[in-house]
Amino acid sequence: MTLRLDDPSVAQGDPGPSTPLRVAPSSSRGGETTGGSTASRVELDYSGGERLTMNMGPQHPSAHGVFRAILTLEGEQVVAVDAVIGYLHRCHEKLSETLTYAQYPSIASKTDYVAAMTSEFAYVMAAEQIGKIEVPKRAQYLRVIAAELQRIASHLLWLGTWCLDMGGALGGGATIFLYCIREREMILDLFESLVGARLLYGFYQVGGTRYDIPEGWTDACRKTVDVIDSRIGEYEGLLEENPFFLVRARGVGVISRELAEDVGIAGPLLRGSGVSFDIRRSAPYSSYEDFTFDVPVEADGDCFSRYRIRMVEFRESIKIIRQALDRLPEGPISSRPGLKSVAQIRIPKGEAYARVEGPRGEVGCYLIADGSAKPYRMKWRGASFSNLSVLPHIIPGHKVADVVAIMGSVDPVFGEVDR
Amino acid sequence: MTREQATTLIGERFGVAQVEGESPLVVTLPVDQWASFARFAKETLGCRFFSFSTAVDWKEQGLEVVAKVDNLDERLSLLMKTKLGAGVTTCPSLVPIYRGANWMERECYDMFGIRFEGHPDLRRILLSEDWEGHPLLKSYAVDTPHPPYR
Repeated sequence: MTLRLDDPSVAQGDPGPSTPLRVAPSSSRGGETTGGSTASRVELDYSGGERLTMNMGPQHPSAHGVFRAILTLEGEQVVAVDAVIGYLHRCHEKLSETLTYAQYPSIASKTDYVAAMTSEFAYVMAAEQIGKIEVPKRAQYLRVIAAELQRIASHLLWLGTWCLDMGGALGGGATIFLYCIREREMILDLFESLVGARLLYGFYQVGGTRYDIPEGWTDACRKTVDVIDSRIGEYEGLLEENPFFLVRARGVGVISRELAEDVGIAGPLLRGSGVSFDIRRSAPYSSYEDFTFDVPVEADGDCFSRYRIRMVEFRESIKIIRQALDRLPEGPISSRPGLKSVAQIRIPKGEAYARVEGPRGEVGCYLIADGSAKPYRMKWRGASFSNLSVLPHIIPGHKVADVVAIMGSVDPVFGEVDR
Repeated sequence: MTREQATTLIGERFGVAQVEGESPLVVTLPVDQWASFARFAKETLGCRFFSFSTAVDWKEQGLEVVAKVDNLDERLSLLMKTKLGAGVTTCPSLVPIYRGANWMERECYDMFGIRFEGHPDLRRILLSEDWEGHPLLKSYAVDTPHPPYR
Protein backbone atom coordinates (compact mmCIF):
# COMPACT_ATOMS: atom_id res chain seq x y z
CA MET A 1 0.00 0.00 0.00
CA THR A 2 1.35 3.45 -0.85
CA LEU A 3 0.61 6.52 1.21
CA ARG A 4 0.01 9.87 -0.39
CA LEU A 5 0.59 13.14 1.43
CA ASP A 6 -2.76 14.53 0.45
CA ASP A 7 -4.45 11.45 1.82
CA PRO A 8 -6.73 12.84 4.58
CA SER A 9 -6.12 9.81 6.83
CA VAL A 10 -2.41 10.69 6.99
CA ALA A 11 -2.74 14.44 7.37
CA GLN A 12 -5.17 14.28 10.30
CA GLY A 13 -3.41 11.51 12.20
CA ASP A 14 -0.33 11.64 14.39
CA PRO A 15 2.39 13.45 12.43
CA GLY A 16 4.92 10.77 13.44
CA PRO A 17 8.63 11.13 14.11
CA SER A 18 9.54 12.22 10.58
CA THR A 19 7.81 15.61 11.05
CA PRO A 20 10.39 18.34 11.77
CA LEU A 21 10.12 19.57 15.36
CA ARG A 22 10.94 23.14 14.54
CA VAL A 23 9.88 24.86 11.36
CA ALA A 24 11.00 28.30 10.31
CA PRO A 25 8.04 30.67 10.21
CA SER A 26 8.40 31.70 6.57
CA SER A 27 8.47 28.20 5.12
CA SER A 28 5.33 27.01 3.40
CA ARG A 29 5.80 23.35 2.70
CA GLY A 30 3.21 20.93 1.61
CA GLY A 31 1.42 19.15 4.41
CA GLU A 32 1.80 22.08 6.79
CA THR A 33 -1.91 22.70 7.07
CA THR A 34 -2.69 19.71 9.21
CA GLY A 35 -5.77 21.26 10.75
CA GLY A 36 -5.28 22.79 14.21
CA SER A 37 -1.83 21.32 15.06
CA THR A 38 0.11 24.40 13.84
CA ALA A 39 -0.37 26.21 17.17
CA SER A 40 1.88 23.73 19.02
CA ARG A 41 4.92 24.41 16.87
CA VAL A 42 7.95 26.07 18.46
CA GLU A 43 9.54 28.79 16.44
CA LEU A 44 13.18 29.57 17.04
CA ASP A 45 15.35 32.17 15.47
CA TYR A 46 18.93 30.96 15.00
CA SER A 47 20.44 34.31 14.09
CA GLY A 48 22.23 34.51 17.43
CA GLY A 49 20.16 37.28 18.92
CA GLU A 50 18.35 34.90 21.21
CA ARG A 51 19.91 33.45 24.35
CA LEU A 52 19.71 29.80 25.11
CA THR A 53 20.47 28.14 28.43
CA MET A 54 22.19 24.81 28.15
CA ASN A 55 23.06 22.42 30.94
CA MET A 56 26.40 20.75 30.44
CA GLY A 57 26.42 17.96 32.96
CA PRO A 58 26.14 16.85 35.74
CA GLN A 59 26.73 13.62 33.81
CA HIS A 60 28.75 14.97 30.91
CA PRO A 61 31.62 12.64 30.00
CA SER A 62 34.12 15.45 29.53
CA ALA A 63 33.58 16.74 33.07
CA HIS A 64 35.65 13.83 34.47
CA GLY A 65 33.25 13.66 37.36
CA VAL A 66 29.98 15.17 38.39
CA PHE A 67 29.99 18.82 37.43
CA ARG A 68 27.23 20.95 36.00
CA ALA A 69 28.02 24.01 33.94
CA ILE A 70 24.95 26.10 33.16
CA LEU A 71 25.97 27.78 29.92
CA THR A 72 24.18 30.81 28.52
CA LEU A 73 24.63 30.71 24.78
CA GLU A 74 24.25 33.20 21.99
CA GLY A 75 24.31 30.96 18.99
CA GLU A 76 27.44 28.88 19.41
CA GLN A 77 29.11 31.38 21.72
CA VAL A 78 29.10 31.13 25.51
CA VAL A 79 28.26 34.44 27.19
CA ALA A 80 27.98 33.31 30.82
CA VAL A 81 28.72 30.26 32.94
CA ASP A 82 27.33 29.24 36.29
CA ALA A 83 29.24 26.33 37.78
CA VAL A 84 27.35 23.97 40.05
CA ILE A 85 29.51 21.75 42.24
CA GLY A 86 28.98 19.74 45.39
CA TYR A 87 27.62 16.52 43.91
CA LEU A 88 30.51 14.59 45.44
CA HIS A 89 30.59 16.33 48.82
CA ARG A 90 31.42 13.83 51.57
CA CYS A 91 32.02 16.29 54.45
CA HIS A 92 35.71 15.47 54.79
CA GLU A 93 36.31 18.43 57.09
CA LYS A 94 33.56 17.44 59.54
CA LEU A 95 34.61 13.81 59.31
CA SER A 96 38.23 14.63 60.14
CA GLU A 97 37.09 16.07 63.49
CA THR A 98 35.77 12.63 64.43
CA LEU A 99 38.78 10.57 63.30
CA THR A 100 42.16 10.28 65.00
CA TYR A 101 45.51 11.26 63.51
CA ALA A 102 46.19 7.59 62.85
CA GLN A 103 42.87 6.98 61.10
CA TYR A 104 42.43 10.02 58.91
CA PRO A 105 45.43 9.74 56.49
CA SER A 106 43.78 6.76 54.79
CA ILE A 107 40.58 8.79 54.40
CA ALA A 108 42.54 11.83 53.20
CA SER A 109 43.55 9.87 50.11
CA LYS A 110 39.88 9.91 49.08
CA THR A 111 39.78 13.68 48.59
CA ASP A 112 41.82 13.61 45.40
CA TYR A 113 41.50 10.00 44.32
CA VAL A 114 43.57 10.48 41.16
CA ALA A 115 46.55 11.63 43.23
CA ALA A 116 45.81 9.98 46.55
CA MET A 117 49.39 10.25 47.84
CA THR A 118 49.31 14.05 47.76
CA SER A 119 46.54 14.74 50.25
CA GLU A 120 47.86 12.16 52.71
CA PHE A 121 51.19 13.94 52.45
CA ALA A 122 49.72 17.36 53.31
CA TYR A 123 47.74 16.02 56.26
CA VAL A 124 50.59 14.18 57.95
CA MET A 125 52.91 17.13 57.34
CA ALA A 126 50.50 19.48 59.11
CA ALA A 127 50.29 17.14 62.11
CA GLU A 128 54.07 16.76 62.18
CA GLN A 129 54.56 20.53 62.09
CA ILE A 130 52.36 21.09 65.13
CA GLY A 131 53.79 18.15 67.06
CA LYS A 132 57.37 18.98 65.96
CA ILE A 133 57.77 15.34 64.94
CA GLU A 134 60.96 14.46 63.09
CA VAL A 135 60.73 12.30 60.01
CA PRO A 136 63.70 9.98 59.26
CA LYS A 137 65.63 10.75 56.10
CA ARG A 138 64.70 7.43 54.49
CA ALA A 139 61.02 8.10 55.04
CA GLN A 140 61.41 11.58 53.54
CA TYR A 141 62.95 10.08 50.40
CA LEU A 142 60.29 7.38 50.17
CA ARG A 143 57.64 10.09 50.45
CA VAL A 144 59.26 12.00 47.61
CA ILE A 145 59.44 8.91 45.39
CA ALA A 146 55.79 8.06 46.02
CA ALA A 147 54.68 11.66 45.44
CA GLU A 148 56.59 11.96 42.16
CA LEU A 149 55.36 8.60 40.85
CA GLN A 150 51.89 9.83 41.74
CA ARG A 151 52.44 13.03 39.79
CA ILE A 152 53.40 11.03 36.69
CA ALA A 153 50.37 8.74 37.10
CA SER A 154 48.05 11.70 37.54
CA HIS A 155 49.45 13.60 34.55
CA LEU A 156 49.15 10.44 32.43
CA LEU A 157 45.47 10.13 33.29
CA TRP A 158 45.00 13.82 32.56
CA LEU A 159 46.74 13.61 29.18
CA GLY A 160 44.78 10.56 28.11
CA THR A 161 41.37 11.85 29.10
CA TRP A 162 41.98 15.36 27.80
CA CYS A 163 42.90 13.99 24.39
CA LEU A 164 39.85 11.75 24.52
CA ASP A 165 37.72 14.86 25.18
CA MET A 166 39.09 16.51 22.08
CA GLY A 167 38.62 13.22 20.24
CA GLY A 168 37.30 14.61 16.99
CA ALA A 169 40.46 16.60 16.42
CA LEU A 170 42.71 13.64 17.12
CA GLY A 171 41.10 11.01 14.94
CA GLY A 172 39.16 9.53 17.82
CA GLY A 173 41.73 10.31 20.49
CA ALA A 174 41.57 6.79 21.87
CA THR A 175 45.12 5.97 20.77
CA ILE A 176 46.82 8.32 23.17
CA PHE A 177 44.31 7.52 25.89
CA LEU A 178 45.17 3.83 25.73
CA TYR A 179 48.90 4.57 25.60
CA CYS A 180 48.60 6.70 28.74
CA ILE A 181 46.54 4.13 30.61
CA ARG A 182 49.08 1.46 29.64
CA GLU A 183 51.88 3.49 31.22
CA ARG A 184 49.78 4.42 34.26
CA GLU A 185 49.14 0.74 34.91
CA MET A 186 52.86 0.20 35.41
CA ILE A 187 52.91 2.84 38.15
CA LEU A 188 49.81 1.41 39.78
CA ASP A 189 51.55 -1.99 39.78
CA LEU A 190 54.48 -0.39 41.60
CA PHE A 191 52.10 1.09 44.18
CA GLU A 192 50.39 -2.25 44.54
CA SER A 193 53.63 -4.00 45.39
CA LEU A 194 54.53 -1.17 47.78
CA VAL A 195 51.23 -0.69 49.63
CA GLY A 196 48.91 -3.45 48.51
CA ALA A 197 46.41 -1.02 47.00
CA ARG A 198 46.20 0.45 43.53
CA LEU A 199 44.24 3.65 43.97
CA LEU A 200 43.85 4.73 47.63
CA TYR A 201 46.96 4.02 49.63
CA GLY A 202 47.30 5.11 53.24
CA PHE A 203 51.07 5.07 52.69
CA TYR A 204 51.88 8.18 54.71
CA GLN A 205 51.71 8.11 58.49
CA VAL A 206 52.43 10.72 61.10
CA GLY A 207 56.16 10.31 61.71
CA GLY A 208 57.07 8.49 58.51
CA THR A 209 55.67 5.98 56.07
CA ARG A 210 53.66 2.87 56.77
CA TYR A 211 55.73 0.49 54.64
CA ASP A 212 59.30 0.12 53.49
CA ILE A 213 60.00 -0.84 49.91
CA PRO A 214 60.00 -4.59 49.21
CA GLU A 215 62.96 -6.39 47.69
CA GLY A 216 63.56 -5.69 44.03
CA TRP A 217 61.24 -2.67 44.06
CA THR A 218 63.92 -0.11 43.22
CA ASP A 219 64.86 -2.03 40.07
CA ALA A 220 61.24 -2.33 39.01
CA CYS A 221 60.81 1.39 39.66
CA ARG A 222 63.88 2.27 37.59
CA LYS A 223 62.65 0.15 34.69
CA THR A 224 59.22 1.76 34.82
CA VAL A 225 60.51 5.32 34.73
CA ASP A 226 62.90 4.37 31.89
CA VAL A 227 59.98 3.08 29.83
CA ILE A 228 57.85 6.15 30.55
CA ASP A 229 60.78 8.45 29.81
CA SER A 230 61.23 6.85 26.41
CA ARG A 231 57.54 7.25 25.53
CA ILE A 232 56.89 10.89 26.38
CA GLY A 233 58.51 11.96 23.12
CA GLU A 234 56.08 9.68 21.33
CA TYR A 235 53.07 11.47 22.85
CA GLU A 236 54.53 14.84 21.97
CA GLY A 237 55.03 13.69 18.39
CA LEU A 238 51.46 12.45 18.20
CA LEU A 239 50.06 15.75 19.46
CA GLU A 240 52.36 18.58 18.51
CA GLU A 241 52.63 17.51 14.88
CA ASN A 242 48.86 17.38 14.62
CA PRO A 243 47.60 20.75 13.33
CA PHE A 244 44.07 20.07 14.60
CA PHE A 245 45.37 19.64 18.13
CA LEU A 246 47.36 22.86 17.89
CA VAL A 247 44.34 24.81 16.64
CA ARG A 248 42.22 23.56 19.51
CA ALA A 249 44.86 24.20 22.19
CA ARG A 250 46.69 27.37 21.14
CA GLY A 251 45.19 30.67 22.22
CA VAL A 252 42.21 28.91 23.83
CA GLY A 253 41.25 29.60 27.44
CA VAL A 254 43.86 32.24 28.14
CA ILE A 255 44.41 33.02 31.82
CA SER A 256 46.36 36.21 32.45
CA ARG A 257 48.93 36.34 35.22
CA GLU A 258 46.82 38.89 37.09
CA LEU A 259 43.71 36.69 36.99
CA ALA A 260 45.73 33.58 37.88
CA GLU A 261 47.04 35.10 41.10
CA ASP A 262 43.81 36.86 42.02
CA VAL A 263 41.76 33.67 41.82
CA GLY A 264 44.52 31.62 43.42
CA ILE A 265 44.93 28.93 40.79
CA ALA A 266 48.01 26.80 41.27
CA GLY A 267 50.32 24.23 39.81
CA PRO A 268 50.60 23.81 36.03
CA LEU A 269 47.90 26.45 35.48
CA LEU A 270 49.80 29.08 37.43
CA ARG A 271 53.12 28.21 35.80
CA GLY A 272 51.39 28.19 32.42
CA SER A 273 50.43 31.81 33.07
CA GLY A 274 54.01 32.94 33.56
CA VAL A 275 54.43 32.64 37.33
CA SER A 276 57.53 30.74 38.38
CA PHE A 277 56.17 29.25 41.56
CA ASP A 278 56.58 25.67 42.70
CA ILE A 279 56.34 24.85 46.40
CA ARG A 280 58.99 22.15 45.97
CA ARG A 281 61.36 24.95 44.99
CA SER A 282 60.04 27.99 46.89
CA ALA A 283 59.41 26.32 50.24
CA PRO A 284 61.08 22.90 50.09
CA TYR A 285 59.66 20.16 52.29
CA SER A 286 60.60 16.52 52.82
CA SER A 287 64.18 16.94 51.47
CA TYR A 288 63.19 18.36 48.06
CA GLU A 289 66.16 20.70 48.45
CA ASP A 290 68.44 17.65 47.93
CA PHE A 291 67.37 17.15 44.32
CA THR A 292 68.09 19.12 41.18
CA PHE A 293 65.16 19.70 38.86
CA ASP A 294 63.76 22.48 36.71
CA VAL A 295 60.50 24.33 37.18
CA PRO A 296 58.96 24.90 33.74
CA VAL A 297 57.24 28.23 33.05
CA GLU A 298 55.24 29.24 29.98
CA ALA A 299 54.05 32.76 29.32
CA ASP A 300 50.97 32.35 27.10
CA GLY A 301 48.47 31.08 29.67
CA ASP A 302 46.49 29.05 27.12
CA CYS A 303 45.62 25.34 26.98
CA PHE A 304 48.79 24.63 25.03
CA SER A 305 50.99 26.23 27.73
CA ARG A 306 49.36 24.12 30.41
CA TYR A 307 49.91 21.04 28.26
CA ARG A 308 53.59 21.92 27.76
CA ILE A 309 54.14 22.46 31.50
CA ARG A 310 52.81 19.01 32.29
CA MET A 311 54.89 17.37 29.55
CA VAL A 312 58.05 18.91 31.03
CA GLU A 313 56.95 17.91 34.53
CA PHE A 314 56.91 14.25 33.48
CA ARG A 315 60.62 14.46 32.77
CA GLU A 316 61.41 16.49 35.89
CA SER A 317 59.57 13.99 38.09
CA ILE A 318 61.51 11.15 36.51
CA LYS A 319 64.71 13.08 37.21
CA ILE A 320 63.76 13.43 40.89
CA ILE A 321 62.81 9.74 41.21
CA ARG A 322 66.14 8.62 39.75
CA GLN A 323 68.09 10.86 42.12
CA ALA A 324 66.08 9.69 45.12
CA LEU A 325 66.56 6.02 44.20
CA ASP A 326 70.30 6.54 43.76
CA ARG A 327 70.73 8.22 47.12
CA LEU A 328 68.08 6.42 49.16
CA PRO A 329 69.49 6.40 52.72
CA GLU A 330 69.36 3.42 55.03
CA GLY A 331 67.60 3.64 58.35
CA PRO A 332 64.18 3.56 59.97
CA ILE A 333 61.04 4.54 58.02
CA SER A 334 59.22 6.06 60.97
CA SER A 335 60.18 8.05 64.04
CA ARG A 336 57.25 6.68 65.99
CA PRO A 337 56.84 3.26 67.60
CA GLY A 338 54.28 0.92 66.13
CA LEU A 339 50.73 1.86 67.04
CA LYS A 340 48.86 -0.21 69.61
CA SER A 341 45.67 1.83 69.36
CA VAL A 342 44.29 4.36 66.88
CA ALA A 343 44.16 7.05 69.57
CA GLN A 344 47.84 6.73 70.41
CA ILE A 345 49.06 9.74 68.44
CA ARG A 346 48.34 12.91 70.41
CA ILE A 347 49.25 16.24 68.88
CA PRO A 348 49.80 19.18 71.29
CA LYS A 349 47.72 22.33 71.13
CA GLY A 350 48.60 24.48 68.15
CA GLU A 351 47.94 25.10 64.50
CA ALA A 352 49.79 24.75 61.22
CA TYR A 353 49.31 25.18 57.51
CA ALA A 354 51.18 22.55 55.51
CA ARG A 355 51.25 22.65 51.73
CA VAL A 356 52.61 20.30 49.13
CA GLU A 357 52.94 20.68 45.38
CA GLY A 358 50.44 18.16 44.05
CA PRO A 359 49.90 17.35 40.38
CA ARG A 360 47.21 20.04 40.31
CA GLY A 361 49.03 22.56 42.44
CA GLU A 362 49.04 23.72 46.02
CA VAL A 363 47.32 21.17 48.23
CA GLY A 364 47.12 22.69 51.67
CA CYS A 365 45.99 21.41 55.01
CA TYR A 366 45.15 23.94 57.70
CA LEU A 367 45.06 22.01 60.94
CA ILE A 368 44.15 23.13 64.45
CA ALA A 369 44.99 20.67 67.22
CA ASP A 370 43.64 20.85 70.77
CA GLY A 371 45.91 18.31 72.47
CA SER A 372 43.62 15.33 71.99
CA ALA A 373 43.92 12.45 69.52
CA LYS A 374 41.65 14.21 66.99
CA PRO A 375 41.98 17.59 65.28
CA TYR A 376 39.80 20.48 66.47
CA ARG A 377 39.40 21.79 62.93
CA MET A 378 40.85 20.85 59.57
CA LYS A 379 40.52 22.74 56.31
CA TRP A 380 41.47 21.41 52.91
CA ARG A 381 42.77 23.87 50.39
CA GLY A 382 42.01 21.70 47.39
CA ALA A 383 43.93 22.70 44.30
CA SER A 384 41.09 21.63 42.01
CA PHE A 385 38.58 23.81 43.87
CA SER A 386 40.57 26.97 43.27
CA ASN A 387 41.53 25.94 39.75
CA LEU A 388 37.93 25.25 38.79
CA SER A 389 36.75 28.60 40.13
CA VAL A 390 38.64 30.30 37.28
CA LEU A 391 36.25 28.81 34.69
CA PRO A 392 33.51 31.48 34.95
CA HIS A 393 36.20 34.09 34.24
CA ILE A 394 37.73 32.48 31.14
CA ILE A 395 34.98 30.53 29.37
CA PRO A 396 32.71 33.45 28.26
CA GLY A 397 33.60 34.41 24.70
CA HIS A 398 34.52 30.88 23.64
CA LYS A 399 32.54 28.40 21.58
CA VAL A 400 30.81 25.44 23.21
CA ALA A 401 33.38 23.00 21.81
CA ASP A 402 36.16 24.98 23.48
CA VAL A 403 34.50 24.57 26.88
CA VAL A 404 35.48 20.91 26.76
CA ALA A 405 39.08 21.72 25.85
CA ILE A 406 39.37 24.37 28.56
CA MET A 407 37.77 22.25 31.25
CA GLY A 408 40.09 19.37 30.41
CA SER A 409 43.16 21.59 30.49
CA VAL A 410 42.25 22.69 34.04
CA ASP A 411 42.39 19.01 35.10
CA PRO A 412 39.79 19.10 37.87
CA VAL A 413 39.26 16.09 40.10
CA PHE A 414 35.84 16.39 41.65
CA GLY A 415 36.71 14.46 44.75
CA GLU A 416 39.00 17.34 45.60
CA VAL A 417 36.63 20.08 44.46
CA ASP A 418 33.74 18.86 46.60
CA ARG A 419 35.70 17.11 49.37
CA MET B 1 59.93 41.98 51.03
CA THR B 2 61.27 40.09 54.02
CA ARG B 3 59.27 39.00 57.00
CA GLU B 4 60.80 41.80 59.12
CA GLN B 5 59.98 44.51 56.60
CA ALA B 6 56.42 43.24 56.36
CA THR B 7 56.07 43.16 60.15
CA THR B 8 57.30 46.75 60.41
CA LEU B 9 54.97 47.97 57.68
CA ILE B 10 51.97 46.24 59.24
CA GLY B 11 52.89 47.70 62.64
CA GLU B 12 53.03 51.23 61.19
CA ARG B 13 49.69 51.05 59.39
CA PHE B 14 47.71 48.70 61.64
CA GLY B 15 48.82 49.28 65.21
CA VAL B 16 46.11 47.08 66.70
CA ALA B 17 47.12 44.05 64.64
CA GLN B 18 49.02 41.22 66.32
CA VAL B 19 51.81 39.75 64.24
CA GLU B 20 53.46 36.42 65.04
CA GLY B 21 54.93 33.27 63.53
CA GLU B 22 57.49 32.60 60.82
CA SER B 23 55.82 31.20 57.73
CA PRO B 24 53.02 31.91 57.33
CA LEU B 25 53.10 35.20 59.17
CA VAL B 26 49.95 35.28 61.31
CA VAL B 27 48.18 38.66 61.51
CA THR B 28 45.25 38.96 63.91
CA LEU B 29 42.97 41.88 63.14
CA PRO B 30 39.80 43.50 64.47
CA VAL B 31 36.91 42.84 62.12
CA ASP B 32 36.54 46.47 61.00
CA GLN B 33 40.06 46.38 59.54
CA TRP B 34 39.55 43.06 57.72
CA ALA B 35 38.92 44.45 54.24
CA SER B 36 41.28 47.42 54.54
CA PHE B 37 44.09 45.11 55.62
CA ALA B 38 43.44 42.79 52.68
CA ARG B 39 43.74 45.74 50.31
CA PHE B 40 46.96 46.79 52.05
CA ALA B 41 48.33 43.23 51.78
CA LYS B 42 47.56 43.11 48.08
CA GLU B 43 48.72 46.58 47.09
CA THR B 44 51.56 47.35 49.50
CA LEU B 45 52.91 43.95 50.52
CA GLY B 46 52.43 42.48 47.04
CA CYS B 47 50.40 39.50 48.30
CA ARG B 48 48.38 39.09 45.11
CA PHE B 49 47.88 35.33 45.36
CA PHE B 50 44.70 34.31 47.17
CA SER B 51 45.30 30.90 48.71
CA PHE B 52 42.16 30.14 50.70
CA SER B 53 39.76 31.45 53.30
CA THR B 54 37.79 29.58 55.89
CA ALA B 55 36.39 29.90 59.42
CA VAL B 56 36.82 28.24 62.79
CA ASP B 57 34.07 27.81 65.37
CA TRP B 58 35.53 28.54 68.82
CA LYS B 59 32.22 27.61 70.52
CA GLU B 60 31.21 30.28 73.11
CA GLN B 61 33.91 32.68 71.88
CA GLY B 62 32.25 32.80 68.49
CA LEU B 63 33.49 32.43 64.96
CA GLU B 64 36.87 33.32 63.55
CA VAL B 65 37.46 33.99 59.86
CA VAL B 66 40.84 33.02 58.39
CA ALA B 67 42.33 33.88 55.01
CA LYS B 68 45.74 33.21 53.50
CA VAL B 69 47.39 35.35 50.85
CA ASP B 70 50.87 35.02 49.33
CA ASN B 71 53.50 37.12 47.63
CA LEU B 72 54.78 34.45 45.25
CA ASP B 73 57.82 36.36 44.00
CA GLU B 74 59.20 37.20 47.42
CA ARG B 75 57.89 34.14 49.24
CA LEU B 76 55.90 35.98 51.85
CA SER B 77 52.85 34.19 53.25
CA LEU B 78 50.26 35.97 55.35
CA LEU B 79 47.59 34.21 57.39
CA MET B 80 44.96 36.81 58.29
CA LYS B 81 42.59 36.14 61.16
CA THR B 82 39.69 38.01 62.67
CA LYS B 83 37.35 37.07 65.51
CA LEU B 84 33.78 38.05 64.81
CA GLY B 85 32.70 37.81 68.46
CA ALA B 86 30.11 35.64 70.20
CA GLY B 87 26.88 35.32 68.25
CA VAL B 88 28.03 37.51 65.36
CA THR B 89 27.70 36.00 61.87
CA THR B 90 28.56 38.92 59.61
CA CYS B 91 31.94 39.74 58.13
CA PRO B 92 33.08 42.06 55.33
CA SER B 93 33.64 40.24 52.06
CA LEU B 94 37.02 40.11 50.32
CA VAL B 95 35.55 39.53 46.85
CA PRO B 96 35.99 43.18 45.76
CA ILE B 97 39.73 42.75 46.46
CA TYR B 98 40.39 39.10 45.56
CA ARG B 99 38.18 37.32 43.03
CA GLY B 100 39.34 34.00 44.48
CA ALA B 101 37.40 34.78 47.66
CA ASN B 102 34.13 34.28 45.79
CA TRP B 103 33.84 30.49 46.02
CA MET B 104 35.77 30.31 49.30
CA GLU B 105 33.33 32.67 51.04
CA ARG B 106 30.37 30.83 49.54
CA GLU B 107 31.74 27.64 51.07
CA CYS B 108 32.23 29.45 54.37
CA TYR B 109 28.63 30.64 54.30
CA ASP B 110 27.49 27.14 53.43
CA MET B 111 29.40 25.50 56.27
CA PHE B 112 29.27 28.17 59.01
CA GLY B 113 26.41 30.51 58.05
CA ILE B 114 28.65 33.57 57.95
CA ARG B 115 27.09 36.38 55.90
CA PHE B 116 29.79 38.13 53.93
CA GLU B 117 28.71 41.73 53.39
CA GLY B 118 29.46 42.88 49.87
CA HIS B 119 29.62 39.40 48.36
CA PRO B 120 27.96 39.50 44.92
CA ASP B 121 26.52 35.98 44.92
CA LEU B 122 26.25 34.54 48.43
CA ARG B 123 24.50 31.19 48.16
CA ARG B 124 25.31 27.64 49.14
CA ILE B 125 27.96 25.94 47.05
CA LEU B 126 28.59 22.38 48.22
CA LEU B 127 25.28 21.57 49.88
CA SER B 128 21.86 21.79 48.26
CA GLU B 129 19.85 25.00 48.49
CA ASP B 130 17.29 23.45 50.88
CA TRP B 131 19.82 22.15 53.40
CA GLU B 132 19.03 23.07 57.00
CA GLY B 133 21.83 24.25 59.25
CA HIS B 134 25.53 24.81 58.75
CA PRO B 135 27.43 21.56 59.28
CA LEU B 136 30.87 22.74 60.37
CA LEU B 137 29.50 24.57 63.41
CA LYS B 138 30.43 22.71 66.57
CA SER B 139 26.77 22.76 67.61
CA TYR B 140 25.87 20.64 64.56
CA ALA B 141 26.09 16.97 65.52
CA VAL B 142 27.78 14.63 63.05
CA ASP B 143 24.76 12.31 63.08
CA THR B 144 22.12 15.00 62.52
CA PRO B 145 19.35 13.24 60.56
CA HIS B 146 18.29 14.79 57.28
CA PRO B 147 15.01 13.39 56.01
CA PRO B 148 13.85 13.08 53.32
CA TYR B 149 16.85 11.09 52.13
CA ARG B 150 17.72 11.60 48.49
